[in-house]
Amino acid sequence: MGSSGWSVITDNWGLLMKGLLTTLELSAFALLLSIPVGILIGLCRVSKNRILSSAAVSYVEFIRGVPLLVLLMWMYFVLGRFLKLGPFWSGVVALGIFSAAFIAEIVRAGIQAVPRGQMEAARSSGMTHIQAMRFIILPQAFRKVLPPMASQFITLIKDSSLVSVISVIDLTQVAKNLVATSFKALEVWTSIAIIYFCITFLLSQLINLLERRYRVTE
Amino acid sequence: MIQIKQVNKSYGSMHVLQNINLEVPESHVYALIGPSGAGKSTLIRSINGLETIHSGEIIVDGISVHEKSTDINKLRTEIGFVFQSFNLYPHLTAMENVAIAPIQVKKTPKKQAVEKAKDLLTSLGLGEKCHSYPSQLSGGQQQRVAIARALAMDPAVMLFDEPTSALDPEMIKEVLDAIRKLASSGMTMVVVTHEMGFAREICDQIVFMAEGKIVEIASPEQFFTNPKTERAKDFLSKVLNH
Repeated sequence: MGSSGWSVITDNWGLLMKGLLTTLELSAFALLLSIPVGILIGLCRVSKNRILSSAAVSYVEFIRGVPLLVLLMWMYFVLGRFLKLGPFWSGVVALGIFSAAFIAEIVRAGIQAVPRGQMEAARSSGMTHIQAMRFIILPQAFRKVLPPMASQFITLIKDSSLVSVISVIDLTQVAKNLVATSFKALEVWTSIAIIYFCITFLLSQLINLLERRYRVTE
Repeated sequence: MIQIKQVNKSYGSMHVLQNINLEVPESHVYALIGPSGAGKSTLIRSINGLETIHSGEIIVDGISVHEKSTDINKLRTEIGFVFQSFNLYPHLTAMENVAIAPIQVKKTPKKQAVEKAKDLLTSLGLGEKCHSYPSQLSGGQQQRVAIARALAMDPAVMLFDEPTSALDPEMIKEVLDAIRKLASSGMTMVVVTHEMGFAREICDQIVFMAEGKIVEIASPEQFFTNPKTERAKDFLSKVLNH
């Protein structure tokens, strides 16, 4: 009967929410790591300094070229073991540096989309390169990168489901456990899909709001 | 005020500036005119260090622009620059466009910088537009904001790189009027322009460039009625008789 099938969800609601909380925490920490690292690497990428820009290119190319699953495994079994990180923080670091590579590319594209004349105008009024970046280029780049950033944040939350393979008890891992004990695959995976969707939908609405607020100009 | 000595610059095999010598005394207005590709923009852009030069020297207000030891950011506060395409900051209002460099570079107190920005915009006929964004302004209004932005730093010199070339014809006058007013206030200026009537009216000297060289320097009267060089005669016959 219907009630017997779906009761696996209501009976284990606490467990699912705990898993969701872990997913959100892990994603949030990974995001907090990936935003500054991504911006820094993006800035290096557009820098005139050859060493900085080629270091940034190497980072992006290397991280982008390795599957996230493999990176997670390596982080957990190699570096994580060495640094005694544990599954949760290994997951945070792996996701963070993975996402940073993509954020770096978004930041680079955003900066390069600001017309050259903006930097020239700022510099000719006596601003240093750093002042021009801070007050003129980055605020404009920020508006341009909001939509691709939103996609990246959503990707990050979804990718976090992979951490279940290194024994982090996130939403996906809770689902796996529930299916293993109850055999209610349809009910559990459908519910999990809906929960992930709700979270990412909420996030994209938030960013839409932000975008609209900044759309006054241009 | 501006001394340009034996300046050379090339892009690959293109010798865009060849042995340029020019001196602009204080409170004088010089027009740079000539066919496109003559090097006018490159020359005016190198006066505030937006372009590098390969040899020679440019001195503004006693300071060598391209010398490594020069604090170029400090020197640039003395040199206002107005671009052909305005280059206003689209994310800032007209007033913020004008006030940002005084606040961030000169560390002028915010209140004072804003007051001054308002005064400048008002004097350029833009008192009502202080809180408009560049996208809400016409080309002529944007260029006047750009002039206010350059003046906000109290520069000793103003450089204009084809300030009316990107404007619709009916907006050219308002921008030229603003420049004319500045000229009569005694500002030292160099203007790259295709507006021959304007150059003739307000400039002290006409500098005619072609193929990377200064071909002729003369008073407007002399230049427009009796140019000495064939190149200038040829140019004038093309721009004046169309």
